[in-house]
Amino acid sequence: MKEEIVIAGFGGQGVLSMGKILAYSGLMEDKEVTWMPSYGPEQRGGTANVTVIVSDERISSPILNMYDTAVVLNQQSLDKFEKKVKPGGVLIYDGYGINTPPTRTDIKIYRIEATEATIEINNSKAFNMIVLGAYLKVKPIVTIENVLKGLKKTLPERHWHLIPMNEEALKKGATLIKE
Amino acid sequence: MNDKVTLMKGNEALAVAAIRYGADGYFGYPITPQSEVLEKLEEEMPWETTGMVVLQAESEVAAINMVYAGASCGKTVLTSTSSPGFSLMQEGMSYMAASEVPALVINVMRGGPGLGTIHPSQADYFQAVKGGGHGDYRLITLAPASVQEMVDFVALGWDLAFKYRAVSMILADGVIGQMMEKVVLPEQRPRHTEEWIRENCPWAVNGRKGMRPKNIITSLELDDDKMEENNHRFQATYREIEKNEQRCELINTDDCDYLIVAFGSMARISQKAMELAAEEGIKVGIARPITLWPFPVDAIKKAAEGVKGILSVELSAGQLIEDVKLATECKYPVDIFYRLGGNVPAPDEILTALKEKLVNKLG
Amino acid sequence: MELNDIIRPENRVYKRPSLLNEAHMHYCPGCSHGVVHKLVAEVIEEMGLQEKAIGVSPVGCAVFAYNYIDIDWLEAAHGRAPAMATATKRLMPDKLVFTYQGDGDLSAIGTAETIHAANRGENIVIIFINNAIYGMTGGQMAPTTLLGQKTATCPYGRRADLNGYPLAISNLLAQLDGTCYVTRQTVYSAAAVRKTKAALKKAFQNSMDGKGCSVVEIVSTCNTGWKLSPVKANEWLQENMFAKYPLGDLKNE
Repeated sequence: MKEEIVIAGFGGQGVLSMGKILAYSGLMEDKEVTWMPSYGPEQRGGTANVTVIVSDERISSPILNMYDTAVVLNQQSLDKFEKKVKPGGVLIYDGYGINTPPTRTDIKIYRIEATEATIEINNSKAFNMIVLGAYLKVKPIVTIENVLKGLKKTLPERHWHLIPMNEEALKKGATLIKE
Repeated sequence: MNDKVTLMKGNEALAVAAIRYGADGYFGYPITPQSEVLEKLEEEMPWETTGMVVLQAESEVAAINMVYAGASCGKTVLTSTSSPGFSLMQEGMSYMAASEVPALVINVMRGGPGLGTIHPSQADYFQAVKGGGHGDYRLITLAPASVQEMVDFVALGWDLAFKYRAVSMILADGVIGQMMEKVVLPEQRPRHTEEWIRENCPWAVNGRKGMRPKNIITSLELDDDKMEENNHRFQATYREIEKNEQRCELINTDDCDYLIVAFGSMARISQKAMELAAEEGIKVGIARPITLWPFPVDAIKKAAEGVKGILSVELSAGQLIEDVKLATECKYPVDIFYRLGGNVPAPDEILTALKEKLVNKLG
Repeated sequence: MELNDIIRPENRVYKRPSLLNEAHMHYCPGCSHGVVHKLVAEVIEEMGLQEKAIGVSPVGCAVFAYNYIDIDWLEAAHGRAPAMATATKRLMPDKLVFTYQGDGDLSAIGTAETIHAANRGENIVIIFINNAIYGMTGGQMAPTTLLGQKTATCPYGRRADLNGYPLAISNLLAQLDGTCYVTRQTVYSAAAVRKTKAALKKAFQNSMDGKGCSVVEIVSTCNTGWKLSPVKANEWLQENMFAKYPLGDLKNE
């Protein structure tokens, strides 16, 4: 098993931490993982992206030109990464603010309404967990149980009470995937 | 899975590895993209556990001179910085080499010259492997290609530094510093005791206990003949290091038509290019220098035997390639592919370059 | 009384401190460094700190201080002595750690290191020899050179419009929360030497007690750089230096 993912969006959408939680979840399953962010001032307000690789084997490059899955959360990222999904790969995008939807036919495309769902459950902080839930519905590379374990690893103890809320968000995300 | 296995950024891993090795002190100044080293150390508060000193200095100049002092006291000390900061540290680097003190210095390179960019680069290669500051000296230069090696080379760097009374340097780049990977952390080692230092570093400045003869650590010697003698001694140490400490990872080099030489993050990305090349039936091997100085001449010479051509893949405009040509004695066609200024190539760019520069020309 | 009677222990009223060795000093006759070296050696010995003392020598005339005083020494790069002393003391808090610096080393190239070590309240002693000139390199202008004073690099006298003003850096250091004791002394007379010795002792004790950073400035002569005889240099010191650099404690907490 090897999954090469890019997650891209605006700084502040929780792109990097979503990647981190996914990487930790992979670690909980004893897999090899890499997490390679775009870094620097561009993170603050501009676009941010992170490449996460989860694999049974030793991982060569942490930087890729093509991805198995792209999870994109704004128009700029969609424009940039649609063409970088491997043929037969997966593109998941949040429909909010998208004027030019993706057009490729050789990949599986899922439009999710994650922003709307966030408003629905009235918790803007859960946005990236909703997206992660949607992703894991399409690509169940790690179990929800291990995501929650990974979450526990990334969160300081004073925030552990937020874990049930995150679990809810993951489940909500899974419902956004319509075949 | 045990609790020593964790996920960590390369920079954070350096900090934890230093504590676990039993470091006595870290002195540094924040600079992107390696500020997480100092941040992690401050967060871990090792002074409460191992007694390690952590100090944010007023400048890189002060930091390296603090390291110089600590090393002169026989203490296990380090600093970390990124390219512009490392230029400021050259004063202390040269003095430490002249004083033959063991220390660990980390440069997580960013794109220059000048303030340049905060993104990854390998353009400080010459500065590291040729010395960097004034005078004839060398640094044991280790190039990690993974977060695990960030951890492992902290220990290796100090082991070699104390073995040869020399300065070891970890030459990483923004990719390795900023990425997170799975790491296995070593057990906590105790810090060296004063007795250990007195026994193993009899030259150390730590007070004339029992009124032993005084110790002086100085880089000054105005008698030219004595200074020449000192230089001969430094050079003899460097020859010894060249003989004993060359390290290189060879991947698929037994049966390859083309050899890529690359270190650090570029070796990782080149491996993906190698995988892509294999899908097209092009046989590529990779030689990854782990020690940039001493350059792994023997391993690269051997890996190059029988290849059609060699590609030096680097984030610098023709630095590594010089050592590749010297090592292979210009017996094979050697070309170069690079990106500059903080840009990092994707694997397909390397494959395209390999085809254009070597495969299409040499068949 | 024969010579052999005079040098009997019971008749001895003065001797070389045991930590001050017999190496021939390179200092010019009349220079203050020799006297201050003797005081440093004497105080360390009297305080019983010979096994704990670590000095950091500067770049400047006192670069070879390590050849004369028999304790452990570090020789710093120009201006970096306070940074080296910082690390040394932090790594070995039970040691007596002091720097010995001139005005160029401390108040020009090493200003940042000096101010920050002092401001962090490092438990070190900074011994500051202020002779208003660069002695070792042949008498160039220092930050502390007085207005009108002639040096190799202000041959017509220091001018404020060209060279700025003399820097009384000890006054500045006394403002910092990290210093516990800042004093300005001199060694041109026997009485002054005794006061300087007391100041050094107090500063060293502060270091051992962890009270913060102590600065002992010693307004000194450089008769060679000043191009005066030793006697004239002592007169010039009193007539000119003390107006800008008045003696006494600037801070004593």
